[in-house]
Amino acid sequence: MNCSNGLCKVFKRECRRLISRPLYIFCMVVAPLACAWFFTSLMSNGLPADLPVGAVDMDDTQTTREILRNLDAFTQVKITQRYPNLSEAREAMQKGEIYACYYIPEGTTAELLASRQPTISFYTNASLIVAGSLTYRDMRTMSALANASVGLKVLQAKGVPEKTARELLQPIVIDTHPLNNPWLNYSVYLNNTILPGILMLLIFMITAFSIGIEMKEGTIAQWLELAGGNTVIALLGKLLPQTVIFFLVGITYDVWLYAILQFPCNSGIMPLLAATLLMVIASQAFAVFLFALFPTLRLSLSACSLWGMLSFSISGFSFPVMAMHPALQTLSVLFPLRHYFLIYVNQTLNGYPPSEIWTSYAALAGFVILPFLVIKRLDNVLKKFDYIP
Amino acid sequence: MKKNPETSFFDIIKQATEDLFIIWRNEMKRVVHDQGALIFFLLVPFLYPIIYAFIYTNETVREVPAVVVDESGSNLSREFVQKVDATPDVHVIGYCSDMEEARNALKERKAYGIIRLPDDFSRRINRTEQATVALYCDMSGLLYYKSMLVACTDASLEMNDEIIIERKPLTTEREEEITTQPLKYEYVTMFNPTNGFASFIIPAVLILIIQQTLLLGIGLINGSARERGLFHTHAIHGDVRGTLRLVAGKSLCYLMIYSVTALWLLIYLPRLFRLVQIPQGWDLLTFMIPFILASIFFAMTLSILVRQRETCMPLFVFTSLPLLFISGISWPGAAVPEGWRIVSWLFPSTFGINGFVRINSLGALLKDVQTEYIALWIQTGVYFLTACATYRYLMYDSRKKALAARKKEQEEQTSNITER
Repeated sequence: MNCSNGLCKVFKRECRRLISRPLYIFCMVVAPLACAWFFTSLMSNGLPADLPVGAVDMDDTQTTREILRNLDAFTQVKITQRYPNLSEAREAMQKGEIYACYYIPEGTTAELLASRQPTISFYTNASLIVAGSLTYRDMRTMSALANASVGLKVLQAKGVPEKTARELLQPIVIDTHPLNNPWLNYSVYLNNTILPGILMLLIFMITAFSIGIEMKEGTIAQWLELAGGNTVIALLGKLLPQTVIFFLVGITYDVWLYAILQFPCNSGIMPLLAATLLMVIASQAFAVFLFALFPTLRLSLSACSLWGMLSFSISGFSFPVMAMHPALQTLSVLFPLRHYFLIYVNQTLNGYPPSEIWTSYAALAGFVILPFLVIKRLDNVLKKFDYIP
Repeated sequence: MKKNPETSFFDIIKQATEDLFIIWRNEMKRVVHDQGALIFFLLVPFLYPIIYAFIYTNETVREVPAVVVDESGSNLSREFVQKVDATPDVHVIGYCSDMEEARNALKERKAYGIIRLPDDFSRRINRTEQATVALYCDMSGLLYYKSMLVACTDASLEMNDEIIIERKPLTTEREEEITTQPLKYEYVTMFNPTNGFASFIIPAVLILIIQQTLLLGIGLINGSARERGLFHTHAIHGDVRGTLRLVAGKSLCYLMIYSVTALWLLIYLPRLFRLVQIPQGWDLLTFMIPFILASIFFAMTLSILVRQRETCMPLFVFTSLPLLFISGISWPGAAVPEGWRIVSWLFPSTFGINGFVRINSLGALLKDVQTEYIALWIQTGVYFLTACATYRYLMYDSRKKALAARKKEQEEQTSNITER
């Protein structure tokens, strides 16, 4: 291809640079794809199944054994071990062998028969929040079911038909509709934001690195000369090949998550791709902006690392933004991942119309404008600054 | 090099110790004069967890906003809504006339859940039939769902008991209560009484910070030495003796820095933020020694990947997230597939996080974390050997290049002279 204009020359030069350094290939292609494979295969079950729990059955009668069998039948827990007393079960919990423990005191059956309402305890390890929540849910269902079955027997013994008895015992039932993720799939819940978050972090890094390394290796003059001394053209030519590669990786993510793994997607393909492309460009622009603020290779990479890592916490996909300190709620606006997360939730997961999503798109577009606000400084930085270790 | 038969064993030890301390002192100077290394070794471990703890300072999600579609409009349905609103988990922000309006409230992010009471709600209850409450929940965050479910289940259980007792088809109230709840269940959350997010995630992050900042800092130092071709000058001897002293002297320097860093991260910081901490002082200290050593040698080994000062960041920063998930804290360890579990044994953070969380949050003793403790010592041994191999290679490589460069320079000089 014959190149006459500066943009094209810089573009070609950048392509050669990207191929020449293994770091680029690793961070732009290998690492993001390996992460996608890692996270989706780690959570391939969706909901962790068969978490090991223990049981301490001090009563050890047919009735208590039946209760424990019922608990075992649930998908998320599995009674793997019986312990003779509670302190041994507690030690097993500390060793990490079990996540929770069922405790049935002595005399439970006798008290049941005598209608004296015995208590069964369920000890759970809440320092592991996912496991703790899962066992908590099972425990709730279990207690409702166990009570119903015991109550059912009592009422049936009094001659009440089973259907009526059930209705008598549970006048109100809750019917839950988790919208658009009916299986409560953790993989859907986490990967849709973790993976773009990792891609964003790597885009930040590579953008800042590819500019800063020119400064370090003293090739800025050569780079700017190809662009005819125009900083905007020099930057565009440099970042465009990266945009193409990152966008391709983003499309691979979309295909992997929504076409192959069949994660819920209620928006259609074009809006999905639009969101991916805007995310890539916004991240690159934000990294250029950070470089203008911290115009050395190491400091700009540090700023990118900090911003990229904090994104995961502050974007609100694991811990809701509304429960954070008001100052942080405001601060979260400055993180591209926050807006991408909102686009994902409202557009892809919930399938809302554009009228509900445009603000998030506008915010991401706002990041694209950022480098143009500091273009004078960028120009200055590239032409005058020296490498600082 | 041949061993001099006259030097006694004592002399060798004495010489080795002296060399080791010279290397240690040089490394200390290097760290103190390198702003980048100081940021990774001190500033990041000091500041990052503070930001992190601040984000999760509220620990739990309270008063999730919800809207109600009350098609029944009866006393019973209002009572149900009041009971839901009274829980700490959910806050009813208003009534909607139909589902359409309620869904709009969800779209506008005014509410995160819809509670729908069907028009036959009170009729069915009065006819002793089962009534159903429908709960629609926005799934953008799992914690919203959990709050909604807990609040509605609690409200329904409470109302069920009241309704059954009011009906009194049986003889006494007491008998009725026992029929509805023959068994009582007690739910005890151990070790994290507030069920808080901070107490759950921060201990794991603290351990990860130690390993990751070591990776970054040592990578940065070695990357600088390599790009300047100065790595061989860090050593005193150029042979096997040199390698051992180099690795020992440098790791002693990092160990000293990290005993301060770890003290701040693992003792003072959790105290400052009032996280769950059941201190077993000696057990914690004994456990942390192999973890820090394994992390140091691990970082020294992986520094072979860092050819330039700054490349440590693009290489290592993103790995924090997969490492957090593979450790079995964010994602239950029992649910980690077997293949990934084996991969996780490569990283000191896996055993470090598991052991630390159990000692710190669950009050485990050293004997309870024996597996992790032994694994960390094995890692220390293995990574020490690989670190020696790495440093030996770097040292030889650096010297070879330096010699070649000098030779070239000399040749150029001689050719210049002959040309003249």
